[in-house]
Amino acid sequence: MSKMDSKTPKGALSEKWTNHKSNINLVSPANKRLIDVIVVGTGLAGASASATLAELGYNVKAFCFQDSPRRAHSIAAQGGINAAKNYQGDGDSTYRLFYDTIKGGDYRSREGNVYRLAEVSANIIDQCVAQGVPFARDYGGLLDNRSFGGVLVSRTFYAKGQTGQQLLLGAYSAMNRQIGRGKIKMYNRHEMMDLVLVDGKARGIITRNLINGKLERHGAHAVVIASGGYGNAFFLSTNAMGSNVTAAWKIHKKGAHFANPCFTQIHPTCIPVSGDHQSKLTLMSESLRNDGRIWVPKNIEDVKAIREGGLRPTEIDEENRDYYLERRYPAFGNLVPRDVASRAAKERCDAGYGVNKTGQAVYLDFSSAIQRYGREEAHVKGLDEEDKLLVNNLGKQIVKSKYGNLFQMYEKIVDQNPYETPMMIYPAVHYTMGGVWVDYNLMTSIPGCYAIGEANFSDHGANRLGASALMQGLADGYFILPYTIGDYLSADIRTGKISTETPEFVLAEEAVRVKLAKFIHNKGEHSVDYYHKKLGKIMWNKCGMSRNEKGLKEAISEIKSLRKNFYKSIKVPGKVDEFNEELAKAVRVADFLELGELFAKDALERTESCGGHFREEFQTPEGEALRDDNFFNFVSAWENNGSPSESTLRKEMLYYEEIEVKTRSYK
Amino acid sequence: MNLTLKIWRQSNSESKGKMVKYNISEISPDMSFLEMMDALNNQLIKKGDDPVAFDHDCREGICGMCSMFIDGEAHGPDRLTTTCQLHMRKFKDGQTITIEPFRANAFPVIKDLVVDRSAFDRVQQAGGFISINTSGNTQDANSIPIEKDDADRAFDAATCIGCGACVASCKNASAMLFVSAKVSQYSLLPQGKVEATDRVRNMVKQMDQEGFGNCTNTGACEVECPKGISLENIARMNREYLSTLLKS
Repeated sequence: MSKMDSKTPKGALSEKWTNHKSNINLVSPANKRLIDVIVVGTGLAGASASATLAELGYNVKAFCFQDSPRRAHSIAAQGGINAAKNYQGDGDSTYRLFYDTIKGGDYRSREGNVYRLAEVSANIIDQCVAQGVPFARDYGGLLDNRSFGGVLVSRTFYAKGQTGQQLLLGAYSAMNRQIGRGKIKMYNRHEMMDLVLVDGKARGIITRNLINGKLERHGAHAVVIASGGYGNAFFLSTNAMGSNVTAAWKIHKKGAHFANPCFTQIHPTCIPVSGDHQSKLTLMSESLRNDGRIWVPKNIEDVKAIREGGLRPTEIDEENRDYYLERRYPAFGNLVPRDVASRAAKERCDAGYGVNKTGQAVYLDFSSAIQRYGREEAHVKGLDEEDKLLVNNLGKQIVKSKYGNLFQMYEKIVDQNPYETPMMIYPAVHYTMGGVWVDYNLMTSIPGCYAIGEANFSDHGANRLGASALMQGLADGYFILPYTIGDYLSADIRTGKISTETPEFVLAEEAVRVKLAKFIHNKGEHSVDYYHKKLGKIMWNKCGMSRNEKGLKEAISEIKSLRKNFYKSIKVPGKVDEFNEELAKAVRVADFLELGELFAKDALERTESCGGHFREEFQTPEGEALRDDNFFNFVSAWENNGSPSESTLRKEMLYYEEIEVKTRSYK
Repeated sequence: MNLTLKIWRQSNSESKGKMVKYNISEISPDMSFLEMMDALNNQLIKKGDDPVAFDHDCREGICGMCSMFIDGEAHGPDRLTTTCQLHMRKFKDGQTITIEPFRANAFPVIKDLVVDRSAFDRVQQAGGFISINTSGNTQDANSIPIEKDDADRAFDAATCIGCGACVASCKNASAMLFVSAKVSQYSLLPQGKVEATDRVRNMVKQMDQEGFGNCTNTGACEVECPKGISLENIARMNREYLSTLLKS
């Protein structure tokens, strides 16, 4: 088994990226005009990459399955984006952001990549402000910051609870400028169906026009996958309904290794499931943990009374509440990293202290924050700090200005007023740290095929810190890929246009056509959702917040037989050559059914606990994750050999030169 | 809950559409409107019928993909809500609900409730940006202080999700609220002032070319906007446009 080479440049950590940029090959402006690049996906990574590549002079073809590039799911990111600006003067630095990210990822990410990410982070904020992104500001007119989990500084820039929206619209505007100039050709409502390789290099894709169902061939000198994560393998997640793994999975099947699929983030603060009709879950931003305190009742009698409707949470005295995060982790309190907070919620609910009718919820309470802000405001305005009603009202106004849209969203969904009664929350699948394996240049194991943003595995190790996904997406798209791709494309300046009439394209298109026709002609009985929900249940119960050998083995065999049944009994109405959402969904679920098995296999093989991957067999007496650095200090890169059960593990060893690998502690 | 649904069915942009009646039962008041539509589609698929096509994606009220004209209102009866965030508890047991696509000349129907809103993209491509390179070689983000009030108002304008409810609600199918939100966001910020003249001229020109109607200040757009985008933005754009005309 040969080891994977990350191609991380030599030299001191802080100089790697600068030196690398100075030494890689460039493509001249005149030659860039001769080169085509395909970008699949228009979230933060895809939109920013498309805009920058086009601006540099490449001819870009960008694809999204939505009706506009502005709708990609980055738009739903709420809380913020990290950057080591140290505007607050609280001791932040590139090194500290780098260190926090490596530690937050439970020492399972690559030093060189993470340092580069921290290094370019500050520039992202400059870029976005110049583009007119309306970040929150203080009364002096300067940018405001807040804190996120797993760190002790305030480095998160935000635009109320809509930071992702504002950043994506910024990248979308940069794209629009290039579309207007004719440098980007945008294909809305198009789905990538396969990657086309010519002489072992990525040279194009097959797409399906979702309006009329027509298959199309697109050639290019390089293909960039920016199609996001695979959280929807769980059916219920905070991802958008259309978010899927298909583009990433297709390149995996064509030779791109898939890394750490079991590293999945279960976000602690989501609105609990309300019933079987549920189609998706809604996140409540981690920023709420700046001011919200998480608790469950201390006494089991109170829990019962609440579930039966005889007691309201506001009627429980302070001394009868268990602020379990503050109790277990005094140093970080409610701002522990996501994996820690999620597991702690599960621990309390499993022990029988969960609230809500289902017993699967904990409280997120703003009453202390409302009091604190209210008194502060009364003091500033010279009003009576002892006037309870006044303080309460003033406090609510401040909380509203910070989190208004999130509170409104909660009220719409749950039909309870979170200003008056604590929110109920429970963990839900949110983000996938795993993804397509890439080297330092963000190139996959297929020459000329790149993966950026959530679609790759690169920067977050086994657990991502809050407000780091937006940072990584934009870092990859604006500042990293546009440089590194030139190194590869410099060999392509004489290649000329890629013809789509070659046998490789013809065969790839034909294979897609056959596959689609099979779905339509199958005389089955179950809808796509039937299978997707079944897969989701297996994933959540056996590959969710905690995993064990027995459950994972069961998951593998259950997913296998579900997949078999899927191809036998799937029912897809309508025709291929028309707008047919069921068909589009069938293609995506088919890929989830393969990915799910590889996910379970990866989780089974990794006999240690780290970050979001918690194996019950490997924990400390206090119930914390127990890593095994002697055996598992590597990235698991899975090589496709036809089916997930035949996939072979290839390791990329992780080397820590700069920081000492320690047991993560937030106590 | 038991409901009667009257839904616009149209198989593609070429064909003629019509309203079709469906009965649906066992709807929980905690369901979102789109989850109710999912239940209907499951019922249709089981029977071997063609499910109702509708646009949706994030189901969190932020991507702007969902549309639907419900009982004569864009995104239905609730205020400051997209269809995906509308819940069935807003309806009564036994009620008949009429569901149509967002209608406008500039938004042709693709299928059933799905319409083509790419005209919005083209308006943005005509000038909805600040012309700076994405090299990152700009000045430090804090080098231009921006008054909090201006930053907040720019943000309020920027929260437009581009769903098209304003156009669908307007008797003239005008896109003024949508276009003015983008124009306002940039004109309130120092970064956007440099090319303010070209921006408003180009965006308005494209808006007219796309076949959107004129604004007659009825204010329906503001009422139906799920993000509460204010009519003030239209006034601001009119001022910007007027000063552009005076300059040229």
